[in-house]
Amino acid sequence: MIWSWIPSNADRILALTVEHLRLALIPVVVGLVLSVPLGWFAKRYPFARAVLVPAAGVLYTIPSLTLFVVLPGILGTRILSEINIIVALTIYTVALLVRTIADALAAVPGLVVAAATAMGYRPARRFLDVELPLAIPVLIAGLRVATVSSISLVSVGALIGVGGLGEFFTEGFQLQFPTEIIVGVALIVLLALAGDAVLLMIGRILTPWNRQAAGGAP
Amino acid sequence: MEPAGGGGRAVNLFLEVVQWFGDASNWSGTRGVPSRLADHLAYTVQALLIAAVIAVPIGAVIGHTGRGGFFVVGTANGLRALPELGMLTLLVGFVGIGLLPLTIALVILAVPPLLAGTYAGVRNTDPAVIDAARGMGMREQEVLTKVELPIAVPLILGGLRTATLQVIATATIGAYIGLSGLGRFLIDGLARNDYTEMAAGAVLVAALALIVEALLGALQRLLVSPGLRTAQASRRAPRQAPVVAGGIAS
Amino acid sequence: MNRTLVALAGLLALGLTACGGGGDPLSGGGAGTAANQPPAAPDVIKVGSANFTESRLLAEIYAQALETKGVKVERSFGIGSREVYFPALKDGSIDLIPEYTGNLLQEIDPQATATASDQVYQELTAKLPDGMIVLEQSAAEDKDAVVITQETAQRYNARSIADLAPHCGELVFGGPPEFAERPYGLPGIERLYNCTFADFRSLDAGGPLTIAALTDGSIQAADLFTTDPTIIDRGWVALEDPQNNFSAQNVVPLVNEAKVNDQVRQTLNSISAALTTDALLQLNREVANAAENTVEQVAKRWLTANNLG
Repeated sequence: MIWSWIPSNADRILALTVEHLRLALIPVVVGLVLSVPLGWFAKRYPFARAVLVPAAGVLYTIPSLTLFVVLPGILGTRILSEINIIVALTIYTVALLVRTIADALAAVPGLVVAAATAMGYRPARRFLDVELPLAIPVLIAGLRVATVSSISLVSVGALIGVGGLGEFFTEGFQLQFPTEIIVGVALIVLLALAGDAVLLMIGRILTPWNRQAAGGAP
Repeated sequence: MEPAGGGGRAVNLFLEVVQWFGDASNWSGTRGVPSRLADHLAYTVQALLIAAVIAVPIGAVIGHTGRGGFFVVGTANGLRALPELGMLTLLVGFVGIGLLPLTIALVILAVPPLLAGTYAGVRNTDPAVIDAARGMGMREQEVLTKVELPIAVPLILGGLRTATLQVIATATIGAYIGLSGLGRFLIDGLARNDYTEMAAGAVLVAALALIVEALLGALQRLLVSPGLRTAQASRRAPRQAPVVAGGIAS
Repeated sequence: MNRTLVALAGLLALGLTACGGGGDPLSGGGAGTAANQPPAAPDVIKVGSANFTESRLLAEIYAQALETKGVKVERSFGIGSREVYFPALKDGSIDLIPEYTGNLLQEIDPQATATASDQVYQELTAKLPDGMIVLEQSAAEDKDAVVITQETAQRYNARSIADLAPHCGELVFGGPPEFAERPYGLPGIERLYNCTFADFRSLDAGGPLTIAALTDGSIQAADLFTTDPTIIDRGWVALEDPQNNFSAQNVVPLVNEAKVNDQVRQTLNSISAALTTDALLQLNREVANAAENTVEQVAKRWLTANNLG
C-alpha cells in the first residue's frame, strides 16, 4: 500500500468520488419517487400487486453487469453514456422499493386508517399524513439497502467505461497496482456506510413517536 | 441517424438473440452454453458450500445464545457495501489469477445473508417451544439441533436464496479475470461490440437466476417443519434476507 | 404533519442538486453532433484510451501536452477494445485517442491489404469516415505478435509463425476476446500460415491475465505487444511474421476533425515526431513498476525530457 499515491492523486480521487455519488444517488431518488405511487398501487389493488411484485422480483434478479451491458442496445444510448448506469440502478431501486412500500403500507394498522377516515381525512391527505409516515420505518430500511447497493454497484460500470471509483479497480488491475484498488474499495465502503447512517438518522427524525416508545432501534 | 425507434431496435435485437440460440455452434464445445453454464454452476455451488459451512454454525450458535447479535447484523449490513469488482481485483493481487480469488470473493458475499438468515431463524423460535424442549430434558446442544434448527429452516433457506442470487450474479464478473462461466458471453460480446452475444448472455444469466430463485422458493415452502405447517405459519411466510436484515437493523 | 413531504422534497432537492452540480447526465458523454461544428478553438477535448496500459500512457501524454498549451481536457480512460471506443469517437463521446495505423485501417476496411507503413497511412487517410482525421504518424510502432516461451521455441525450433504452423493444433492460444475475430487475429493467422490452434482462451489485451497464463502454461502461445518489456525480461520469443499478417502499426492520433486547430495539430504532431519505438519500450518498463511510477508521472517526465511539457 503506497500511501503517497493518495495526496498526489487527490484531484482525481475527488473528481471520481463526485461522479460516483452522482451515479449512485440520482437513481435512489428517482427510484423512490417512482416507487411510492407504484407501491401504493400494489397495495390498493391485488391484481396490481400480483403483477408488480413478481416483475420487481425478476428485475432485481438480473445481475448488474448484464443490465449495464444490454441497456445501450435497448435504449439506443451511447455506450459511454451515464444514462445506462442511472437507468439500470433506478430499475434496481424501484424493484427493491415497490415491494417494500407495498408491504409497509399494508402493515399500517387498519384501525388507524379507519380512525383517520372517521376524523374526516380525505384519501389523498390520509395517505400523505397518516399512512406514509407510519410506513416510514420500513421504507427507510428499504432505502438503506437500496442506497448501499447502489453505491456499491456503480463500480461495476467500470467494465463499460463509466464506473466512478470503479475506474481504480480496472486500472489497478491492469497495472497490477493494489493501492488504488484499496483506495477505491475503502472510499466506496465509507460512502455506503455514511449514506446508511444518514438515512438512519433521517428515519429517526421523521418518526418521533418511535423514539418515545422503548428506545427505538438497538 | 437511425429512423427506427427504440421499439424497432429492440425487436431487431430480440430476433437476433433468438437466432443466436438457434445456432448449434453456440451449444457445443468449451465456448458453448452448456460448458459455460456448468462452470458457472460449479463456481456457485463451491462458494455456497464453503459459505454455508462457515455461516450456518456461527449463525446458529449466535442465535441460540443471543450473544453477538449485533455483530451479525453489523456484518450483514456492512459487507453488502463491499464492491464486487473491487474485491475481485484486490484478491487477485494477493492470491494470484485463477479460481481462488473468485471463490474467496463469492464466499465473502454469500456469508452475510446465510448468517443473517440462520441467526434470524434460530432467534425467532417460539420461546415456549424452547422451554418445552428444555423441560423434556434436552441438553442445550440438542435444543439447538433438534428444535431450533429445524424450525429455522425456512429462514435459513431464505438466506440461502439471497446468497445464491448474489453469488450467481457476481460469478458473471469472474469473466473479467479470465475465468469461464456465463459472464464470458457478456465480456467477450462487449470486447467485440457484439450486442447479440451480450444480450444472449444476459438472457442466460437472468434465466439461470430466475430458475434457481423459483426452485429454492419451492424448496423453502416444502421444507417447513411439519409442526409449523399451519395456516398461520404459511402466512408468516419466510421473507428474503435483505428485508430480514433490514428489519433487524432498523 | 408535513414532515414526510418536507423530507421527500428534501431528498428530491438533494438529487436534483447532484444532477446540476456534477454535470447533466442527460448529455451523456458528449454535447451534440461533433462532426458538424465549425473548427473554432475547441472548448474542451475529450481524450479517451483503450483498456491496455500503453494506450493509457499515450493518451495521458496527449492530454498533458494539450493542457500545458492551455487546452481544457477531459479524460475517459480504459474504455475498452477498439470495437467499443471507435463508436464512441464516432458519436462524439470522445474526441481524441491514440491509435495504431494498421489495426485501425483493418477496423475500417477489413479487406485492406496494405502492410507497409506509408501505404497503410495513405489508405487510412483516404478511408476514414467523415469528421475523423489522423494527424502525422509517428515512427514509433507497437505491433501484435504471436509470443511463445523459450521452451516452446526450442522444442519446435520455431523462429517464425511459419515454423510453428505444423504444431499449432497442439497448442492453446490466448489473447483479448476480439483477437478471435479480427482480420489479423486468428482468421489471418489461419489463412496466411495454415496455423489453427487447438483452442482459444479469452484473456485481456496484453495485460496481466495473458502474461500469467503464458507463464503458468495454461496457454502455449499468446497475443502480446512488441513494446511489452515482459517479452524480453522473460526470454520469450515474439515469432517473426514473414507474411505480414500484422501490418505496420505506427502510433497516430485519431481526432474529431472539428476539434483540431493549429495549436492542437502542432502539439500532437510534435509528440509523434519525438516518439520512438525504443521510447515506448522504456515507458512501458517504467510504468510496469506502478508502485514507483504512475502513468501521470511517467507521461510528465517524458514530456519534460522532450521539451514538450
